[in-house]
Amino acid sequence: MSDTAALVPERHEQSDDVFAATADARFADAVRSRSADAALRAGRGLGRVLARPTLLIALVWLALVVIAAIAPSLLAPGDPLAGVPAERLQGPSFAHWFGTDQLGRDLYTRVVHGTALTLSAAGIAVAVGLVVGTFLGLLAGFIGRFVDEAVMRLADVLLAIPALLLSLAIITALGFGTVNVAVAVGFASIATVSRISRSEVLRVRSSVYVDAARASGDRWGRVLFRHVLPNSAGPVLVLAVLEFAGAILAVSALSFLGYGAPPPAPEWGSLVSGGRDFLRNAWWLTTFPGLVIAATVLAANRVSRALDTEGRRTR
Amino acid sequence: MARYVLLRLLQAVGVLWASYTVSFLVLYALPGDPVTLLAGADATDITPAQLDALRAELGLDRPLIVQYLDQLGAVLHGDLGTSIVTGRPVTEIIGEALPPTIAIAAFALVIAVVAGAGIAIAANYTRHRWLADVLLGLPPLGVAVPAFWFGLMLIQWFSFAVPIFPAVGDRGFASLVLPAITLALPTGATIAQLLSKSLSSTLREPYVDTAWAKGASRARVHLGHALKNAALPALTVTGLIVGQLLSGTVVTETVFSRPGIGRVTAGAVQQQDVPVVQGVVLVAATAFVLANLVVDLIAPLLDPRIVTAGGPARRRARTATRATAARPAPAASGAAVTTASTQGEPA
Repeated sequence: MSDTAALVPERHEQSDDVFAATADARFADAVRSRSADAALRAGRGLGRVLARPTLLIALVWLALVVIAAIAPSLLAPGDPLAGVPAERLQGPSFAHWFGTDQLGRDLYTRVVHGTALTLSAAGIAVAVGLVVGTFLGLLAGFIGRFVDEAVMRLADVLLAIPALLLSLAIITALGFGTVNVAVAVGFASIATVSRISRSEVLRVRSSVYVDAARASGDRWGRVLFRHVLPNSAGPVLVLAVLEFAGAILAVSALSFLGYGAPPPAPEWGSLVSGGRDFLRNAWWLTTFPGLVIAATVLAANRVSRALDTEGRRTR
Repeated sequence: MARYVLLRLLQAVGVLWASYTVSFLVLYALPGDPVTLLAGADATDITPAQLDALRAELGLDRPLIVQYLDQLGAVLHGDLGTSIVTGRPVTEIIGEALPPTIAIAAFALVIAVVAGAGIAIAANYTRHRWLADVLLGLPPLGVAVPAFWFGLMLIQWFSFAVPIFPAVGDRGFASLVLPAITLALPTGATIAQLLSKSLSSTLREPYVDTAWAKGASRARVHLGHALKNAALPALTVTGLIVGQLLSGTVVTETVFSRPGIGRVTAGAVQQQDVPVVQGVVLVAATAFVLANLVVDLIAPLLDPRIVTAGGPARRRARTATRATAARPAPAASGAAVTTASTQGEPA
């Protein structure tokens, strides 16, 4: 009798320990499996990149382009503005990979050094479009009602004017220059960004965790910045990469037309237009800068598509 | 039906008015002064008093709202103002430039539709995986290549290396070929992307299975059954395509030194000729709105469900396709589809 009486609490203690131990183990397991999961997922992500050679090439190309923008001297140590008159209009060779222009300047060096101009213009354009577009989309999707109605009608109207013409109208008002071109291109993309961010906000807003956050007493502002904004950012970021590719095209088209930085600056678009007068006898002057633009746009589009599929896989 | 037509008409007028207002705000309310530019950037011999006189002469010294209402009234009477640079009426300048642009844009549209639809149909029709991959790889390439560069390459290959077509100018049909191909490139790529996607999803519909089961040939299923239904969503981007063609002429006509709206626009921007730029924007918006209106009006004839059911299905298809088409690649389609399911409102 006393034996059992002594035994019972003991067993209790034991079972408590067992519970604690299993809970600990479960917790540890969960932690371990989560980090293992993350590692596995990263590994799989890398595997997926390696399994798709076009994506790998695109990433490598974009990395080169970014290096060219940040530290052009690493890729082309020469001076983009200094020409050797004796070496005018030479075709591609080992000394001059892309050939030389009418002033004997090395075209490869000019393209590399022009990267920063074109890329930063495209970056500004995306930033303008993204910040204003996301803001409008948030307003429309979050407040709803007449604000939503007003923002979406504005987007409709902006979409009725072709993007290039809208950019041209803004350039007419602001004047020429790289920054003005960038702002104009960014402005033209506001409508698209605001539509997509609005629809994402609407999707997230009706989700259970937003209801939960509201129910547990969070204010709307907190819900907006802690839950809605981060969770609706994915597709907008995919769009940002895509907009970046489009912005490179638009910026180089506008600088080709002569609205960008004034002549000696080696913007990609103006490099193409600079070679225009020598189409007949110096094909390399237009061909190479254009190929670089096309390759960069293609690579950015490819990466954006990969991000899109990746985003949908995890969602 | 009458109600439907009236509603669309009112909407079209509303969009036109709003886009005119937007362009007015952009051109007149943003900082930047056409008068100083007109006087010359380094005009030191012009006194501020003379500048003010010029401003008064052009009516630019009045309050913004007065200028706006005044101009809007004139536009309703078909008067787009006069060019600051040449002093000629804007309607006259645009009217002169329109015919050559329409010629090249129409030709480009034909090329874009034939090539784009051809690629889309062939990619879905072929039984060879590699051929489909190659064909579907073309449109992304088409949207990534800068149009101005593509035009210059065409000149290099087909005017200089192999002299088939003239490089520049406006002399007969031969001089129309290269510019039209250049202009058709992004549009054709857009059409190919849209139609191939729409075709491949249509081919998975149950009624296509029925057609197969009835023993229809591959050609009959693809061209007879699927294509008709797949073309409807592609039709709804007509407005976008018209806008794309019109704005594409700015680059194309500059590259090929052709007269037209594009050249007028490029020149007007160069000289900050505000009334001309505004006129061109209005013309482009009108073309967009008209194209959409025509599509809206013939769509019920192709698909009667649009009017009777209030058109949610078509609207969905339309916003989805338009958002996709606005992007250079199909990547945003996921987001675009979510756009479509949450908002159903045509322009």
